[in-house]
Amino acid sequence: MIRSELIQKIAEENPHLYQRDVERIVNTIFEEVIDAMARGDRVELRGFGAFSVKQRDARTGRNPRTGEAVAVDEKHVPFFKTGKLLRDRLNGG
Amino acid sequence: MGERTLTRMDLSEAVFREVGLSRNESASLVESVLGHMSDALVRGEQVKISSFGTFSVREKAARVGRNPKTGEEVPIHPRRVLTFRPSHLMKDRVALGNKG
Repeated sequence: MIRSELIQKIAEENPHLYQRDVERIVNTIFEEVIDAMARGDRVELRGFGAFSVKQRDARTGRNPRTGEAVAVDEKHVPFFKTGKLLRDRLNGG
Repeated sequence: MGERTLTRMDLSEAVFREVGLSRNESASLVESVLGHMSDALVRGEQVKISSFGTFSVREKAARVGRNPKTGEEVPIHPRRVLTFRPSHLMKDRVALGNKG
């Protein structure tokens, strides 16, 4: 399933909404999750899963081609943990 | 940095502000979006949201695990796990927003 198929399904279920509004609704939801993580916030969607930000410490990496040591700065990366209900449903629960 | 926890309520509030539907309808639309994504994943489909990320279902083979406390061997049944791969846009915005 891709974004446009998701929008299509929601539009079919809500014939009273304009297609462009359904697009805005779906886009707003995903945008809100990214905005939250960009602020360092968590987004917890019970039954589905939780998005959070993990810190990766600074380290000395290596250029795999030359073997040269390079300093890699501390950075923050997005992380998703599957919710219990969805995990159970994936396994026939 | 934040450390606040957002929930469905915050997402429906954002939909309410953005589109001007009732709070009730905004909440049920958020629920529909999560519901359709979950259903597709349960069917074994990949869910690919451009500029957000990709959710994929992976099959894990059966293996023999061990109870770390007792050392006892326990069979781990084959199972399906969900993985999320963030888009470049998400990674960049999260890295930039949490810098320094």
